[in-house]
Amino acid sequence: MLRKGIALAALGLALVAGPALAAGSAKSPEPVDFSFKGPFGRFDQGQLQRGYKVYREVCAACHGMDLLSFRNLGQKGGPFYDPAYPNPNDNPYVKTIAAEYQINDIDSETGDVIQRPGTSADAFPNPYPNEAAARAGNGGAMPPDLSVMAKARKYGPDYIHALMAGYVDPPAGLQVTPGQYYNPYMAGDTTPFWTGEGHAPKGGFIAMPPQLAADKVTFDDGTPSTIDQQAKDVAAFLYWAAEPKMEERKAFGFGAMIYLVIFAGLLYASYRRIWRNVAH
Amino acid sequence: MSGHSTYEPKTGFERWLDTRLPIVRLGWDSIVDYPTPKNLNYWWTFGGILAVCLVIQIATGIVLAMHYVPHVDYAFSSVERIMRDVNYGWLVRYMHSNGASMFFIAVYIHMFRGLYYGSYKAPREVLWILGFIIYLLMMATAFMGYVLPWGQMSFHGAVVITNLFGALPLVGEAITTWLWGGFAVDNATLNRFFSLHFLLPFMIAGVVGLHIWALHVPGNNNPIGVNVKSKADTVPFHPYYTVKDGFAIVLFLILFATFLFFNPNALGHPDNYIPANPLVTPAHIVPEWYFLPFYAILRAVPDKLGGVLLMFGAIAVLFVLPWLDTSKVRSMRYRPTGKLYFLIFALACIVLGYCGGQLPDDKVIPGLSTFILIDADLNSFVWLSRLATLYYFAYFLVVLPILGLTETPTAQPESISTPVLSHPAGLPAGAVAAPEKKG
Repeated sequence: MLRKGIALAALGLALVAGPALAAGSAKSPEPVDFSFKGPFGRFDQGQLQRGYKVYREVCAACHGMDLLSFRNLGQKGGPFYDPAYPNPNDNPYVKTIAAEYQINDIDSETGDVIQRPGTSADAFPNPYPNEAAARAGNGGAMPPDLSVMAKARKYGPDYIHALMAGYVDPPAGLQVTPGQYYNPYMAGDTTPFWTGEGHAPKGGFIAMPPQLAADKVTFDDGTPSTIDQQAKDVAAFLYWAAEPKMEERKAFGFGAMIYLVIFAGLLYASYRRIWRNVAH
Repeated sequence: MSGHSTYEPKTGFERWLDTRLPIVRLGWDSIVDYPTPKNLNYWWTFGGILAVCLVIQIATGIVLAMHYVPHVDYAFSSVERIMRDVNYGWLVRYMHSNGASMFFIAVYIHMFRGLYYGSYKAPREVLWILGFIIYLLMMATAFMGYVLPWGQMSFHGAVVITNLFGALPLVGEAITTWLWGGFAVDNATLNRFFSLHFLLPFMIAGVVGLHIWALHVPGNNNPIGVNVKSKADTVPFHPYYTVKDGFAIVLFLILFATFLFFNPNALGHPDNYIPANPLVTPAHIVPEWYFLPFYAILRAVPDKLGGVLLMFGAIAVLFVLPWLDTSKVRSMRYRPTGKLYFLIFALACIVLGYCGGQLPDDKVIPGLSTFILIDADLNSFVWLSRLATLYYFAYFLVVLPILGLTETPTAQPESISTPVLSHPAGLPAGAVAAPEKKG
């Protein structure tokens, strides 16, 4: 009873004063000129393939992508879409990628726990069996699922690019706890850790060490593998993963707009005609 | 629905039906022959727009309910599943989520139109009150709908809002437990919110029926606020207003489509794409934009119960508005002073909405240092919210009751047709000065 009363009082306080405690700000990401921006923007398939490779070789070691299946890679608008295979489950790239994974399953004859090669229908396997294992492997921090990451942060893909490519050495006077890394684009508040002059630096601490390095991922299309390029490509890939129907949506929207504008014009003409003898 | 019906059954079947269930007559009298003032402007098209919004929300909502899983472990991924694996699921889901915002844009314009043109005054008090019952139901529906995707804002928004009821003395804790279906926002809460979110729109539809009924008895108000005097003041609803409303509806759909197809997440909060986690509180819990003015009023009061009462009071005061406004003149067009106060009121509502989205202690004017007044710096959003809240209530409780007795309204036209004749310049090009004489 009392505990509840205190909790409610705290909540009441939090309503009025709470957000102030979270003061501090992160640097706003610089906008990236992604091909998919704007009302007619489309994904650059080459970029999605490069981004997938960055995800596969770097991110997937710690981050799951539970909402995606291998078949998604081969669907329309996806990184490995091929018009010759309208059903993404038949797409040879998708099949090959899936088969490279071992998927936990139950043998339907014996009931034993087995591992089998993945199929297009399988979901991306999570690198950790459970949350505790994920935290244990990352100094207590939980690598978040990346399925909708590009929609779950302000500035979306611009933010992902800025964060991944934006690691800098902490300014002198900023104490960084072991196992944490300073990133000016990370949300948080550095004030308690700041002993230098003036205002504490923008940004926050992140448990993920810098992941990208020049030539860490080899791009098969010959694109120079710089940190900036890797960050852009993986941001584009993650945006596709969060909004796989974006191209369909914009194309549908374009048609809908034309229809609505013509319809509005016809209705306006009818309106003028019907009302022409009424003074109003 | 009121007055003499002009419906004449033309076929044998219609005559047979008319003596048994005069439903065709009802439709005819309501949306075909219904006499409507001929001077309604585009602010009057939002009633029709709202009807379309309701139909869109119910239709898309029924499809979503076919695929949605109301369980804390599956709700978030089932919504994403709808957008990825259901045919045109992205369209249905984004229509529903953006449709809610469109619904509120339209309802706020509809409400401000009623306030400006005095549509709440006799004989339309019941119509007005029914409208606010619809608005309350909309708020409840929208709030519970926002909880269903079970993202971070869904969960923590639900915690904040349900806890508000805990501020009530004696019954508060019992009400909160009852709303939760347990001792915290959890699976039981999600289940009942889903059930109620499905039920309430049909209650809205029912009250909308009453709202239209209460509209058709006294008939529409109009921009000059003068009663309809003769048949010359009106036109039949169809085709005159079906075409005008239809045009406005399509313009509104263009706005809707701009968000839906090209920026579907602009009106939502990115945190709601993070699955709900009771152990991690978002840095700033903010409601959807359409609740921000009330959120600002809530936070303007340092006392929780006081804040809750004031927030509900902000809506309650609208229920008694017909008896607070003492002016006999309906339309603000003829109340120059009232118009000024109204414009400040509209501004205060926008300011409240803006404050609701800001941190209370942030400075309104950056870099300007003032002094601490009571508990916060004067140059802070909490004080701006307090000033706007004060004006909000003063407008209803002081301005409208007193102004009606003291102001001098300008001359109102004799009838709806008079200003038309005296302002031929307002006619479309090519029309003659007195076209009705042409028969």
